[in-house]
Amino acid sequence: MLIKCPYCGPRDLAEFSVAGEAKERPKFVADFDSPQAQTLFVDAVYFRDNPAGLHKEHWFHAAGCQAWLVVTRDTQTHAFVNVELTRDEERLS
Amino acid sequence: MKFSGLQLLKNALNGQSGWAPHWRKASPKDSYDVVIIGGGGHGLATAYYLAKEFGIRDVAVIEKGWIGSGNAGRNTTILRSNYMLAGNIPFYELGMKLWEGLEQDLNYNAMVSQRGILNLCHTDAQRDAFVRRGTAMRLNGVDAELLDREAVVKMVPFLDFDNARFPIQGGLLQRRGGTARHDAVVWGYARAADARGVDIVENCEVTGIRQENGRIAGVETAKGFIRAKRVAISVAGNSSRVAAFAGLRLPMESHVLQAFVSESLKPLLDCVVTFGAGHFYISQSDKGSLVFGGDLDPFPSYAQRGSLAVFSDVAENAIAMMPLLGRLRILRNWGGIMDMSMDGSPIIDKTPIDGLYFNGGWCYGGFKATPAAGLCLAHLIAKEESHPAAAAYRLDRFATGRVIDEKGVGPSPNLH
Repeated sequence: MLIKCPYCGPRDLAEFSVAGEAKERPKFVADFDSPQAQTLFVDAVYFRDNPAGLHKEHWFHAAGCQAWLVVTRDTQTHAFVNVELTRDEERLS
Repeated sequence: MKFSGLQLLKNALNGQSGWAPHWRKASPKDSYDVVIIGGGGHGLATAYYLAKEFGIRDVAVIEKGWIGSGNAGRNTTILRSNYMLAGNIPFYELGMKLWEGLEQDLNYNAMVSQRGILNLCHTDAQRDAFVRRGTAMRLNGVDAELLDREAVVKMVPFLDFDNARFPIQGGLLQRRGGTARHDAVVWGYARAADARGVDIVENCEVTGIRQENGRIAGVETAKGFIRAKRVAISVAGNSSRVAAFAGLRLPMESHVLQAFVSESLKPLLDCVVTFGAGHFYISQSDKGSLVFGGDLDPFPSYAQRGSLAVFSDVAENAIAMMPLLGRLRILRNWGGIMDMSMDGSPIIDKTPIDGLYFNGGWCYGGFKATPAAGLCLAHLIAKEESHPAAAAYRLDRFATGRVIDEKGVGPSPNLH
């Protein structure tokens, strides 16, 4: 399984670690003890959409350039649709 | 028909012509008291205990394939109750006791074999952790023995004891642990549930869950709508997809776990052994094949096949622990989809929707839990409250902070 790292080119799966679903940070709520903040926290930390199909996730090129990547991948076929740097993703949002 | 020595003898003499199908091929009725989505071990056991323990017989089990075609046939068939945390031990020990009486209870040979499970340790710290785990087990009435190096040599002399990086120092042994034949477990439960009036509907995929006025109304299936007063979801690997039919989002990810079977050998390994320096477990089936596995693939997957990176990692672990495996050919390899929950522990609970119950998040450990999960889910459906042994397996424990993190790695499903 080859992942096309934007810096290093196609590299083997063994060089990467996967850090799970990539989605927007939860909205900031100043009162952290409020029920609203707690719901957002629990939802962001513990709950997942877990789709069968396209999935955006964070990958870390641990044994390579050490870049954090946003990978779009099909969980039913393991096809990599898109790999980009996390910072590019953040610049867009 | 009841299986017995006499029946075996009779059929040996009459050309095996006296056997009948083990369960009816039921077509679904228009409505049921309870509909269970998923005809795996857990779903069938739930139906069986609903009928047997709680007198609820108007039950259908809806299965998208055929009985035994799902994860019930993809696991590595290990039974154990060597857990450490308070929320887990009573549940798995209840399961172990049910396994011990299962074949008599079902009148079915599930080939339950209490051949022992041995976890190896390679460092002082690991041995300390095993002392702690073993003590927790024994305090809860579970059997556990700490073995020193010599005792392990006696049991499994062919392991690599003097490996320079991870010499084997000893192990934690649960003698009551072992293996069972996974197909026979689902067949046995299906037969016993069917005999008590449960309809087992095969090749009938659930395509939706219907609610009316905030209450469950029934399930949409490939064979039409089936009305139900109560519905239980028990669909390991696809929990998030089926729960989404009811608008629920779950604390889990689906991951693929690979398993491997070698060519058949003469009797070699008479217990289950797990490696402590990596992640690897192995046992020998009654056909003679070695059955083994290791880590999950690191990414979420519904694909039922894994990557070569994990294949080679498992092979490296195998050789490191048991060098004689180097000459062995692997015959088969497959992947099964696990519901990896956020703390590595399962969920057996009501959902926010009245009349909808959920059982899932079993991670690697669903097979051994089959009888206990069935009994506890049946208890929940029948009595509207958790079985005492499964009281900690709440859906809301992530919000209340009562997580049961046996491995202590937090919400990283690929590490549990």
